[in-house]
Amino acid sequence: MGHADLLSPTTLTDPQPFVIAGREFRSRLMIGTGKYASNAQMIEAIEASGAEVVTVAVRRVDLDRSKDEAILHHLDPDHFFLLANTAGCYNASDAIRYARLARAAGFNEWVKLEVIGDQQTLLPDTVGLLQATKTLVDEGFKVLAYTNDDLITALKLEDAGAVAVMPLASPIGSGLGMLNPYAIRTIKQRLSVPVIVDAGVGTASDACIVMEQGVDGILMNTGIAAAQDPVRMAASMKSAVEAGRHAYLAGRMPRREVAVPSSPTTGMLGA
Amino acid sequence: MMGTEVFETEIALVVNGAERRVPKGWTLADLLASLELDPRVVVVERNSTILRDRSSFASLALASDDAFEIVHFVGGG
Repeated sequence: MGHADLLSPTTLTDPQPFVIAGREFRSRLMIGTGKYASNAQMIEAIEASGAEVVTVAVRRVDLDRSKDEAILHHLDPDHFFLLANTAGCYNASDAIRYARLARAAGFNEWVKLEVIGDQQTLLPDTVGLLQATKTLVDEGFKVLAYTNDDLITALKLEDAGAVAVMPLASPIGSGLGMLNPYAIRTIKQRLSVPVIVDAGVGTASDACIVMEQGVDGILMNTGIAAAQDPVRMAASMKSAVEAGRHAYLAGRMPRREVAVPSSPTTGMLGA
Repeated sequence: MMGTEVFETEIALVVNGAERRVPKGWTLADLLASLELDPRVVVVERNSTILRDRSSFASLALASDDAFEIVHFVGGG
């Protein structure tokens, strides 16, 4: 391919397809469907993001119909890959119950497994997470495990059969960006299964920096939904994920503590 | 003693955590229809067991004190 074809990140090809558990996805950006002002805005944002994988939560039907919460009336399951989460579950058995309910909806056997350990930080309970992962893997689930940026837990989740490990950039909904790039890089270097950073991305530069660590993808929700203009932010995140991915593949220049001139130092005029 | 016999025409269930009285003889399909719920977009758990086979809803008779959880997908991250 000539470089004339490489003018925009969107036309660059990625030498590695984005594959989880043998299934290839068209975008490395996955997005959540919570917290939008309206279903119409959510759909427009998803379209602008180019995401194929969209996450959904399992909740009781509001029998009084005070809210139009049912998302399947708005999302075409033939066009998007619905990834159910177990958000809001604070122990392994609740998370397992929610995962089973989600699978019974009949779309797929995939689950974004969350076992939350603390209401203030929403940090994961990694002991419960590991326990739930083992049970669900035994039941044939494809488990994508939301976890800390902790290598040992990530290795244990992979060992337990998780098809992807999803370390956080920073706490859910915080928008603080990636707090520990070293930990994220280490996890990516040591795991064989895809590493998808989940949570904490607040703006496009955060997404770009995450992808520059070499991870396989990003899942975000609040960073888009809570922007002043979610649709525009969704499009920005799409560009940022692509830019970060290609910057990683391109290989950045080394950091130096001293300046190195960009222009020739010879050929200067005489005094 | 015919005069003192109470003839029950309704049974009490718990649906999504709230008590609900329905006519005796109703099936799960009747319950969902009365709630205007499309069985294809909900998942039903009865007494902590998920009912995977939606075609069974029309023949599943509701019993007194059954506890149902009716869930669906909503927006979430």
